[in-house]
Amino acid sequence: MPRLSALDRHLVSFTLNGVPVSGEAEPRLLLSDFLRHVLGSTGTHVGCEHGSCGACTVEIDGRPSRACLTLAVQVEGADIRTVEGLAPAPDRLSLLQECFREHFALQCGFCTAGILVSLNALLRDRPEATEEEIRVTLSGHLCRCTGYVSIMAAALAAQTRLGTDSK
Amino acid sequence: MKPARFDYVAAASREEALETLHQEGAAARVLAGGQSLLPMLNMRLARPGVLVDIMGVAEWRQIKEESGSLRIGAAVRQWQIEALPQLAHFQPLLAAALPWVGHPQTRSRGTVCGSIAHADPSAELPLVLVALGGAVHLRSRRSSRAVPAGEFFTGMMATARNDDELIEAVSLPKVPPGTGYAFREVARRHGDFAIIACAAVVSNEGARLAVGGVADRPVVRALPQPQAKELDEALDVFAWDMEARDDLHATARYRRELVRRLGRATLEEAARCRA
Repeated sequence: MPRLSALDRHLVSFTLNGVPVSGEAEPRLLLSDFLRHVLGSTGTHVGCEHGSCGACTVEIDGRPSRACLTLAVQVEGADIRTVEGLAPAPDRLSLLQECFREHFALQCGFCTAGILVSLNALLRDRPEATEEEIRVTLSGHLCRCTGYVSIMAAALAAQTRLGTDSK
Repeated sequence: MKPARFDYVAAASREEALETLHQEGAAARVLAGGQSLLPMLNMRLARPGVLVDIMGVAEWRQIKEESGSLRIGAAVRQWQIEALPQLAHFQPLLAAALPWVGHPQTRSRGTVCGSIAHADPSAELPLVLVALGGAVHLRSRRSSRAVPAGEFFTGMMATARNDDELIEAVSLPKVPPGTGYAFREVARRHGDFAIIACAAVVSNEGARLAVGGVADRPVVRALPQPQAKELDEALDVFAWDMEARDDLHATARYRRELVRRLGRATLEEAARCRA
């Protein structure tokens, strides 16, 4: 691969929530900023920009990852999923999102996009995840409103309902 | 919180990566998973002229069992090691420490070698490497060498790596039968950098304890067996020798007390786990 110059913008293409997308990025542009400012997908939030808060968490090739610790040029050809990909239709919430609403698992909503992405992946890949595993997953996120109790309640409720639905 | 400008090279081969490092020297930084480097770039604590992305080099993606050790290539992500079947059986210390490395959301991208290259004094993977007496395999365009873990870390985020070298793999020795291992850590929040982390290796031949987060690098020391009455004094000497300092997270005195208490608890747990 040729050297990408710092001063130029370069074409970056990947799949976003199942749809091919592309845009131009300087090498230093973070994936979080590429999603928001180049593609206009503002569902992914930007908090601390050094990997601590988890607000910018997106799935990269099936694994929840920090968009602020990833360069746009690093995800060329990757499969990216964001909070915008969770709802089955514009007027319908996913089961996990529904449980968040029912259990008041968000207040200001800033951290919610990242938490939903992480929990969605956990409940999909490990339907039998223990409460401890859910807590470990949540440890990668900061929420300053809820105190996490309602988020745990929503996650456990979603896990139960997903288990019932698949039987 | 945005990086300064840099060029970007996605190396397609080992030769291409090493050639770029050779030409650029200190201006280049190796980019693997980016989970330590990107925060440094975002905070502009590092301002490299060029990043050499090595994740596309196939031979660095290998995980190999060889001559009694586990060899982990430069492009192997932390989750891939965590997911190895039977890891707790053949690398019990690594298996115990990995869940403490960052969060699931950073282990998805971060590499084992990258954490070792970053050499944060409180990071878990450098501590495990030192506790086990592993080795760091360095390569430049001209040469390659293996550096014992104890000689690799030279200070706070400083290592024996030269500017034109990169870590192409690390190797961790396998468990000798009859050895017990334990890992413990104190941090403000699970996944945060450790205030102190302890890794213990105990067999009938001897006991050793590695401590991270106290000195400017992970430190390992041979100590009396947990049941020996000399242990308390040896731990106290160890605690003072590391010259702990006060910082925003904990006082030096608190850290010394944790070396005594957590150190003992970790050694005792390792002794109980002797296979």
